[in-house]
Order: sequence, then C-alpha cells, then structure tokens
Amino acid sequence: MTFSLTHLANPTRFLNFAGAVIPSLAGLAVILLGAGLYLSFFVAPPDYQQGETVRIMFIHVPSAWLAMFAYVLIAISGLGTLIWRHPLADVSAKAAAPIGATFTFLALVTGSLWGKPMWGTYWVWDARLTSMLVLFLLYLGLIALWQAIEEPGRAGRAAAILALVGAVNIPIIKFSVNWWNTLHQPASVIRAGGPTIDSSLLTPLVVMALGFTVLFILLHLIAMRAEILRRRVRALQQTQVAQAALTGA
Amino acid sequence: MNIPFTATLEAEGIACERGGRRLFEDLSFALGPGEALLVQGPNGTGKTSLMRQIAGLLPLAAGTVRATGTDADTPAAELCHYVGHLNAVKTSLSVRENLTFWTGFLGGGNVDAALGTFGLTPIAGIDAGLLSAGQKRKLALSRLFACPRPIWLLDEPSVSLDVASVERLSEAIRDHTKAGGIAIVSTHVPLGADFTHTLDLAAQDPLEYGSAEVPAP
Amino acid sequence: MTAALALIRRDIALAFREGGAIGVALGFYLVVIAIAPFGLGPDLNLLSRVAPGLLWVALLLAALLSADRIFHNDYEDGTLDVLTMGPLPLPVVAASKSLAHWITTCVPLALLAPVLGLLLNLPIHTIPLLVLAMLAGTPAVSFIAGIGASLTLGLRRSGLLLALLVLPLYVPVLIFGVSTVSAAVTGPGSPWPPFLMLCAISLASMVLAPLAAAAALRTAFR
Repeated sequence: MTFSLTHLANPTRFLNFAGAVIPSLAGLAVILLGAGLYLSFFVAPPDYQQGETVRIMFIHVPSAWLAMFAYVLIAISGLGTLIWRHPLADVSAKAAAPIGATFTFLALVTGSLWGKPMWGTYWVWDARLTSMLVLFLLYLGLIALWQAIEEPGRAGRAAAILALVGAVNIPIIKFSVNWWNTLHQPASVIRAGGPTIDSSLLTPLVVMALGFTVLFILLHLIAMRAEILRRRVRALQQTQVAQAALTGA
Repeated sequence: MNIPFTATLEAEGIACERGGRRLFEDLSFALGPGEALLVQGPNGTGKTSLMRQIAGLLPLAAGTVRATGTDADTPAAELCHYVGHLNAVKTSLSVRENLTFWTGFLGGGNVDAALGTFGLTPIAGIDAGLLSAGQKRKLALSRLFACPRPIWLLDEPSVSLDVASVERLSEAIRDHTKAGGIAIVSTHVPLGADFTHTLDLAAQDPLEYGSAEVPAP
Repeated sequence: MTAALALIRRDIALAFREGGAIGVALGFYLVVIAIAPFGLGPDLNLLSRVAPGLLWVALLLAALLSADRIFHNDYEDGTLDVLTMGPLPLPVVAASKSLAHWITTCVPLALLAPVLGLLLNLPIHTIPLLVLAMLAGTPAVSFIAGIGASLTLGLRRSGLLLALLVLPLYVPVLIFGVSTVSAAVTGPGSPWPPFLMLCAISLASMVLAPLAAAAALRTAFR
C-alpha cells in the first residue's frame, strides 16, 4: 500500500497508471451496474410492506454509502496534504468533492422520493436525512473554498483543514441531530430498512454497492487526471508570463 | 541600542517556490554579529520571498534557516524584525498607541525614545490614519527601536521616505550593526550603510541556479 | 500572557473605535427578529414556542456578519505578519482574536436577546436561562468563526463564503442552545443536560478551533 502510494506520487507515473486502468474499470463498472440494475428491477421481489418502492433502496443505499466514503477519502487526503505532503493528495481531495456531493445529492433525492409514499410528504426532518443534508452543505462549502482560492497550493491546504474540521464535526453533528430528532419527533419515524434483510434483496444491493464503488473510483481517477492536466496547463502559462516579463514586456 | 547583540543567522541550501515556479534554489549564506547583507535583483527574482522566508512567513521549499542568539531555543522569527511593503499600522489608533501595542505584544522597549528616532514625537497623539505615506513608513520603522531585536529584515525600507529620513535610516542601520546586530536589506536606492555582503538574485538564470555562497568571515 | 492581553485589549479598542461593527450586528439582530413574526403570523402561542430557535438562528447570523473581520484587517495592513513573529504561538494569537470577537460581538448580542425575547412573547422566567445559554454557547460561535475567517482570508466575497463554510458547523450549538431554552419554555425535560452539552461544545471549540485557525492562517501568507 505504502509502496504503491509513494510509487504513484510522481504525476507522470500516475497519469500512465490512470490511463492503463481506466478502460478496464469502465468495463467493470458497466458490467456490475448493468447486472445490479437488472437484479434490482427485474429479479428482486417487491417488498410485502413497501411494494415496488423498495427498489429505490438499491440506488439510495449505495449513494449514501459513497457519500460518506467520499468524505472519508477527502479527509484522509487532507491528512495526506498536511502531514505526509503527498503531491497528489490535494488533487485526490479536489477530484473527490464534486463526486461525493453528487452522490450525497442522489441519496437525498432518492431518500425523499422513497419517503413520499411512506411519510406522505417529500421531506421530513428525519435524523438520517438531516445529517445527510448537513453533509451536503459541508461538501458545498469545500467546493466553494476550492473555487475561491486561485493558487492550488493554498487551496489544497485550506480545503484539507476544512475537511478535517468537518470530519471531527460530523460525529458531533450526527449525535446532536439524533438528540434534536428524538426531542421533536418521538418514535414516529419509520426506520428505513430493517434489522434484517432477505437475501433476495441483499444480493442486488451488494452488486449495486460494488458497481457504485467501482463507478466512483473510475470517476475519481478521471477527475484526478483532468486536474493534473489542468495544473500543467496553468504552469506552462505562468512560465510564458515570466518569460515575457524577462524580455521586457 | 546599547544592548549588544550576539545573534548569528545561517541559511543553508534554501529554495523558494511561488505558484509552481522556482524563484531560486540552493541559496546559502551565513551572517555573524555586526554584518549586513544587501539583497539585489530585479522585480520578480524573489527578494521579498527571501525576506519572508527568513521571517518564517513563507515555507521553505528546501533547506534550513537557523538563528542563534543569546537564547538557543528561540525560533529564528522571534529574533527578527520584518518591515515589508505593508506598514502594519492601525489607522484608528494614535501614533503612540500603535507603538505601545507593539511593545506590549513583542516585548520591549522605550516608546518615547523610539518615537524620537524618526522625529514622530510631535505627532504622537494623532491618529495614524491622518499620517502621510512617508510618516506611516517612519512609524513602521520605529518598531525597530521600540522592541529591540537582533536581526532586521528590511524590504525596500526607503519607499516613500524623503532624503533626510533615508539618511536617518542609513545611520540607524549602521548603529544597529555596530551594536552587533544583523541587517538584511533589499533596496533600489543606495543606502549609506556599510554592507559587508551582497547577494544578487538576478546573477543566474533561475533554472540553472548555482549556489550563491556568501562566505562567513 | 501580557502579549495575549495586549492583543485582546487592542482588538477591543479597535472594535469600539472603528465603530459600526458592534452597532450593525445589534441592528441586524433586531431587524431579523422584528420581521420574523410577519412570516410566521402574530399568534403569540406560536411565537413563544419558536422564540428560542429564532433568537438563536438570528444570533448566529448576526455574529457571522462581523466574523470575517477577525483576521481580515490585520491581514490587509500587514499586522498579521508581525503578530506571527511575536512570542505567542500562532494558535494563541488566533484564540486571542477569537476571544476578542466574542467579547465585542457575541456578548452584546446575548445581552440584547432578552429585549428581543419580549418581542416574541418568550416567558419572562426563562430569560435568565436564555442569556446564560447564549453566553455559554457563543464562545463556540466565535472560535469556529475564527476558523472560517482564517480560511477565507483575503478572498473575494469572503463574508458570504465564510457563512457557507461555518453555518453547518453551528448545528450542534443551535440544537443544544435551543434545547436548553425550549426545555424551560415548553418542558418537559430539564434544561441542564443540553446546557452542559453546550458548555462542552464551547470548551472543546476553544481548545481545538485555534489549532485549525492557525493552520489555515499559515496557508494564507503570500
């Protein structure tokens, strides 16, 4: 693990690696997602209680899982930027943020669509939904911070600090939202999913989760590659400006 | 400035990177008590960055900066005064209040004597916001005398000063080195200070930078 | 210690002299509370039920108005450079400035809250608790604002960005701050468990936030 991470620290080597891996990952994602969608929509039986709406779960749960996974990845990348000074850590974090935000948004939308037939309304301030909403706001903050700072070095370090501050805060937010929720909506919330899941539902869920994860890694690699290339263009432009200044422009 | 300073300053193999571009690298020098270094070079060669690196305000891309003074464990920045392009003057505080705050914060020093150095005593009670650019600069430089520190980092200190004040500044730098202090100055106008060393950042092409060694005596 | 005191005393003097900052925050607080009933309707029962929440939310917004000034002015005029070269570690500088923000912004806001509580029909006997909860919870507000202020230092639209970054982090303060007062207004629980949580959040913020703020300040130096 350490070997491969240090090995890939060189951007050029990373670009080669990404170029080699991306096609096969894309193929794998297509296969897994295709199989997952088929299983979810045609094989899995409708739930005896929730009916056909249970199928939303196959999108919702993997999205929620990746929403959190992406944040953890950003926080670890933040450590990489600040402590190990890994040259690709901030690229990784920057690339992961919009993808993570998208999955969070997907989880929110599917959650509220799922909630409509169950709660009779699109939005309830359910503890899980609310925590997800706060997570989404944290993502927006991260992305906004990246947009606002032009110099990539400073942007990376500032975002790393914000990501770590958020990582420390997320458990506290989660806990306090639970407190708030039980205070205001005692036991009226129908829990999403149950303690046990039948295997006929579990198999499609696992396949979908795997497919989403591969999709995430694929998108992440592509976004990282784009970011590295963007920085190279920027550096070239700066050299141009500097040379123009030397020749008396 | 009767306190004799004994600090030395040593930079070893330092490099500077701004926005992905190397400004300079493998830069080394050592300064002993009473020595003064003149930093030269056209705009954009990294004079300000070098000063800020020594002051601990910019990270070093490589190398080390060490200062040894009377107190071995004090970080280099704490032995330094940095006067850069910004004056660090609070416009809604009076001239005296500005200096009193710095003596309270940085530790030191005789505010009245410091006010006298650049002839600010008559306007000590006036809000600094009313001062001219040159007077604000003098107030910034007065910090050097209000809180004695052995190493002075002066980045274009003569900007917006009149001829007499530049002369006064040169004299102050001479007095400081005579008392065993170190001064690193970047300037475009000739200052009447005795520089023991000169560092020209434009001497080499940035990409093929050798070591700009300034030998210790 | 003397250095930290000198810094806090100077920041307080500046806040009063540069005028406006405190007054604007207080005025903003008043206006937000004053217009809320137009949206909610004049039902006094409803208002007294939502009063704790409204008072807290508006306080957070009002406190954020001046938050980007915690470091901004010192950064613009070069003072921050010299502050980092003093005898104080940078986290202590950040803590001192956040504390000065608390004294000059959050304390006046908390003291104005009882008056605004009357506008919202907050039961009189709960007002001491309201002020107490606000004084206990707002250190977290100022210290977390310090993180946001240092992250957005020198950026365009820093004030708006600061609010975007920091408001989600205020959720715990809001929840426990409101719970403390609500418990006294509508029952049934005791106000003290959420109050103690509020104190814990403030204390933790006072210790941890300056570390993050100092790290962010380092990135802002040009």
